[in-house]
Amino acid sequence: MSAVWISVVVVGLATVAIKAAGPLLLARHTPPPRAQAALEHLAPALLAALVVTQALGGDNGGFTVDARLAGLAAAAAALLLRAPLLLVITVAAVTAALVRLIA
Amino acid sequence: MQHPLSRRTYLDGVRAAAPIGVAAFAFGLSFGVLARSAGMGRVAPVVMSATTFAGSAQFAVASILGAGGGLVTAIVAAVLLNLRYGPIGLSAASAFEGPWWKRAVLAQLVVDESWAIAQRDEGRIDRHLLVGAGLLLLVCWTTGTAIGAFAGDLVADPESLGLDAAFPALFLTLLWTQVRERSRLLAALGGAAIALVLMPFTGPGVPIVAASLACLIGARRSS
Repeated sequence: MSAVWISVVVVGLATVAIKAAGPLLLARHTPPPRAQAALEHLAPALLAALVVTQALGGDNGGFTVDARLAGLAAAAAALLLRAPLLLVITVAAVTAALVRLIA
Repeated sequence: MQHPLSRRTYLDGVRAAAPIGVAAFAFGLSFGVLARSAGMGRVAPVVMSATTFAGSAQFAVASILGAGGGLVTAIVAAVLLNLRYGPIGLSAASAFEGPWWKRAVLAQLVVDESWAIAQRDEGRIDRHLLVGAGLLLLVCWTTGTAIGAFAGDLVADPESLGLDAAFPALFLTLLWTQVRERSRLLAALGGAAIALVLMPFTGPGVPIVAASLACLIGARRSS
């Protein structure tokens, strides 16, 4: 098997296993209240980390400040004006595209 | 998200994911083009999109193999990037029911974007939104990859269209609805701070996994 297919199969199997782990682990029993409370706080913690890494992450780790940050600022402004999801995403993309066009 | 009490359908999930599906399609296209030029051929990238279904890890594999970085490096980088699906899967677990194989299969539809779109209040995940959004994104991502790998680039570079800015905007929007409670705001600030501190020092992927530790704020405050 070529290196390409080995990577496709190994990464595929590992990802399937990682994705299935949580739902299988918590299938049998309800976690105790404190653990449940922690689980309910996973979403804001992970969403915030995704905002930061997707807006500032570089290709090989570290920070890259580029038009994405302008897009994110425009998205925040749209959210303050109570714009719906579709509009927020569009505003972010258009802003980033314009910044790249000008810069 | 305007009607928190109404019942959601799979179609609601498809609708909610449509705008981000456009971005997923465009990045699928560019993954197909990159993977082919990195020597992965045409079929392997499509198989990878349909099975691994995780953009950042797939881009990492294609760029590392393409740069002659070696098989082990590529696999380790991809697995590190996908480790975040451990905590994300834990947070989505309550959405699944039924036998183990059904949970395992539906869990494959969890990607950052479908999981984010399926967020409801109090950290709950809506299964219908998750499955509808996940299926649409899987179709967009895999179709985009196939067209990119077999037909080449049909649209401009997705970054010149600003589509890479769509993802942080999506996550920010869904975070926005989540942080009205003080303890959840603290968890968000903690997660962001952990990610920011670690990003310069660790490989990509690690900061997000470490940021999940900020959820412990919830355990402390609710006791």
